[in-house]
Amino acid sequence: MGLIVAQILTGLANAAALFLVASGLSLIFGVTRIVNFAHGSFYMLGAFIGYSLMQVLPGAIGFWSSVLLAGLLVGVIGVIVELCVLRPVYKAPELFQLVATFGVILVIQDLALMIWGAEDVLGPRAPGLKGIVRIMGEPVPKYDLALIAITPFVLFGLWYLISRTRVGILVRAATQDREMVGALGVNQAWLFTGVFFLGAALAGLGGAVQLPKGGADLLMDFNILAAIFVVVVIGGMGSLPGAYIAAVLISVLNVFGVAYLPQSTLVLMFVVMAVVLTIRPYGLLGREEVVGEHGQVGEPEQPIKPAGVKARIAVALLLLVLALLPLFGSKFATILATDIIIFCLFAASLHFLIGLGGLVSFGHAAFFGGGAYAAALLVSYVNAPMELAFLLAPLCAGMAAVIIGWLCIRLTGVYFAMLTLALAQLLWSLVFQWDEFTGGDDGMVDIWPAEWLSSTTAYFYFTMIVGIGGILFLRHVAHSPFGYALRASRDSARQAEATGINTKRVQWMAFSFAGAMAGVAGALFVFSKGSVFPVELEIARSFDGLIVVFLGGVKTLAGGVVGAAFLELVKDYLTRLEYWRLALGILIIIVVILAPNGIVGSIRKLAQRSGLVKNHYE
Amino acid sequence: MKLKKKLVGLVAVSAMALSGALISTAHAADPIKIGEINHYKRLAAFAGPYKKGIELALEEVNGAGGVLDRPLEFIFRDDQGKPGEAVKIAEELMERDGAVMLTGTILSNIGLAISSLAAEKKYLYLAAEPLADAIVWAKGNDYTFRLRASTHMQASMLAEAAAATDAKTYATIAPNYAYGKDAVAAFKKALTALKPDVEFVTEQWPALFKIDAGAEVQAIERAKPDAIYNVTFGGDLAKFVREGTTRGLFDGRNVYGLLTGEPEYLDPLKDEAPEGWTVTGYPWYDFEDGDNKTFVDAYMAKFDERPGIGSLVGYMTVQSIAAGITKAGATDTDSLVAAFKGLDVDTPVGKIHFRKQDHQATMGAFVGTTALKDGAGVIVDWSYKDGADYLPSDEEVAKLRPASQ
Repeated sequence: MGLIVAQILTGLANAAALFLVASGLSLIFGVTRIVNFAHGSFYMLGAFIGYSLMQVLPGAIGFWSSVLLAGLLVGVIGVIVELCVLRPVYKAPELFQLVATFGVILVIQDLALMIWGAEDVLGPRAPGLKGIVRIMGEPVPKYDLALIAITPFVLFGLWYLISRTRVGILVRAATQDREMVGALGVNQAWLFTGVFFLGAALAGLGGAVQLPKGGADLLMDFNILAAIFVVVVIGGMGSLPGAYIAAVLISVLNVFGVAYLPQSTLVLMFVVMAVVLTIRPYGLLGREEVVGEHGQVGEPEQPIKPAGVKARIAVALLLLVLALLPLFGSKFATILATDIIIFCLFAASLHFLIGLGGLVSFGHAAFFGGGAYAAALLVSYVNAPMELAFLLAPLCAGMAAVIIGWLCIRLTGVYFAMLTLALAQLLWSLVFQWDEFTGGDDGMVDIWPAEWLSSTTAYFYFTMIVGIGGILFLRHVAHSPFGYALRASRDSARQAEATGINTKRVQWMAFSFAGAMAGVAGALFVFSKGSVFPVELEIARSFDGLIVVFLGGVKTLAGGVVGAAFLELVKDYLTRLEYWRLALGILIIIVVILAPNGIVGSIRKLAQRSGLVKNHYE
Repeated sequence: MKLKKKLVGLVAVSAMALSGALISTAHAADPIKIGEINHYKRLAAFAGPYKKGIELALEEVNGAGGVLDRPLEFIFRDDQGKPGEAVKIAEELMERDGAVMLTGTILSNIGLAISSLAAEKKYLYLAAEPLADAIVWAKGNDYTFRLRASTHMQASMLAEAAAATDAKTYATIAPNYAYGKDAVAAFKKALTALKPDVEFVTEQWPALFKIDAGAEVQAIERAKPDAIYNVTFGGDLAKFVREGTTRGLFDGRNVYGLLTGEPEYLDPLKDEAPEGWTVTGYPWYDFEDGDNKTFVDAYMAKFDERPGIGSLVGYMTVQSIAAGITKAGATDTDSLVAAFKGLDVDTPVGKIHFRKQDHQATMGAFVGTTALKDGAGVIVDWSYKDGADYLPSDEEVAKLRPASQ
């Protein structure tokens, strides 16, 4: 009994930092509709700044004022980020801002490395709270009790701010209808900035307050990211009490998971999220999303149409040059081109889903990695010849997409995105944990192509035919009746239903198709690298895809491919530099600000304005 | 006529000799390039000192005239933590930059990816740092060699120390990924072989760098073990130690820590470093004379900071490569692979040997007991264990390594 109480207390204490950070994310999303990937970076900055302050300020007063100051300073950093990076891109299509926040992550990572150095720092202990208290015979650290006590006050303070003050009323109004609030004379821009300050400050507070239980290191930004997204989604986007309940739920369950099922540590929270979203599609205390569905923000989209003759000739010439690459380029240029084509196919398949289907998936890596693993497993276990494995891999990935799609498709918007993330994460942990079968994170190695494709040049041509063929096929499908039905379902589900389109089924089919095409890319990948590891199924891989789709231009047909080629080329060059993350981050931010419609979208707009290309509406 | 012919011949020969000399001087200035891939950004605490160790050794090697009369040069690249990316970089280093061989990688999965590439494309790969046993055994191949003492070797050293005590029940805690699993399996196997009646009462598997330390400590406490075997490191270790100390988990228990005594992991703990743990590590502060001391002094003179275990590994990597190329007398892969088999290298820790049967070097590890000295964690009563004593017999290796059958 004593032990169980002690375990619950541990869980409650762990929930404190998680809740602080997650509530900030939830607030920011609720009002600005920005999925702030950089929130983990604010948390990390809070920890480092808090640590530095605690070195200077002495005693208990110094400790607690350091915590508060860290929160304030991170809030100010949040304001700077909002003003410089996000404000210029509010008008961009929804979710485009996440690309900008991704750039911010990279910049903060390198800046933190420059300022605080590479070594982990151990957080100072809270003065006066170093010891333990015995509760029913079990030792409970005093600081845990302090954390348990503080959290409800923060929750209450936030609740009061949101539901009892004028600022809170405005914030809630903006959450429901931004434009109406603007029309009533409220300066939304500063409201957004204020919310960003509060959200970032909460993240910084969370980072500083956990110092006595751990410390600060350069990996903590990504390490907390998945957890806070899970908390926000389980609680319901935008709901503070929901975030608190979810943080407690996750933390307490985790403590018991550690005790009774030690292997569960990787996957537990994603299982909880999948279960909650299956029962309550909008989280525990969330409401159905009313605003901000895809396509409603920004200018109306121009209908896509097949490329004209000039464009076709240009692409054909480009392909010809590419086909001649092994003749004039170096061997490495061929390898690089192979990599880029594979990534382009992956991006194009995700773009099909997001751009045409309006289905923003955060877990597309499941099918890329899934295809790669399917091929690797077939080669390793049934000694399948490469050709057979290559044919079956997309089928396996497609099957996985059929199942995952069936589970996710009833949700929409961010909840859909998060459920795909959770299920992709489940697949990842399955592969990661089941090392007898999949090799765990030691991966599967020695998966090389058949003899006739073993040379770099041969494999390049193979990739070119399959990869570019796949991209052209995706484009072709976009202009087929199925593509029209898919876009109709995206733009107006009701009208589409009225014309006899089963929208959910169309979306489900699109999801499965995109999954299978990602599987093709995965199969190409595994035979070009000779090995596959769980990182290919990871969140980071899904995000790679997301970033390039938005960077290229989600509302253009070529966006995914152009974004992927651009980012891969730039990365290939920049990663040679010492502070490449800083450079890449700044470059991404600049591109985002200069081209708020994505690279392709903005170039087209520029061409239209200068009269080079005709606007469809004219 | 004859004379003229002779003269022409003479001129031609001397011209050829001259131009040959010119070419070879040009050749001498041409560096031998080594491709080095590592996790420089995300694991900078380890990779930074490692890189400095390489720089120090390069300075010494090139100051003494280089290798085969040519300077040795390293090209450093960041792997971004992605095996696929590392494979691409490896090919670029070999195909575009003209590297003669590859080395590096602290992450085991990246080591395995490059090792597989090396076998397919016939590149020589010296795995400097990854610890996974699979690199030389289960997935071992003809083109891959490994320098650092593997998980199996270091775990066996700790198991030997553990077997000497009365402890009967053990708890293990290790990060939930391949290295942690290997480390626990190797320790269990070695300890059970030495002392069949031990019992493992709980195994804890926190997610890497996401430890829930309070919960882990409670779970171990619940099992009431006599001794604890720890494989966590970095931030996980700090949190585990702090929660464990606060809640009295380590009182009266023997604790064994893999890598815990390495400065990279012990230093961040400062005055909260655990005392009395038996660990593998690197006591750079304790050398009084000999090659170890010479290395530490040279390192501190050059960089004005303490070396880590990474520094030593980086330094020894260059020494091994220089020795290998010198022995081969050439830089083509086949000669290099032949040279690395059975290669002997003089290093700060003594002579090491790259075994023919599994390509594992016999670099050992320092085993000692943690203590606090001037507000920082150190290891005391340490000794250097030669790696050769902790490697399985040739018959067993043949079984473990399909490639050598």
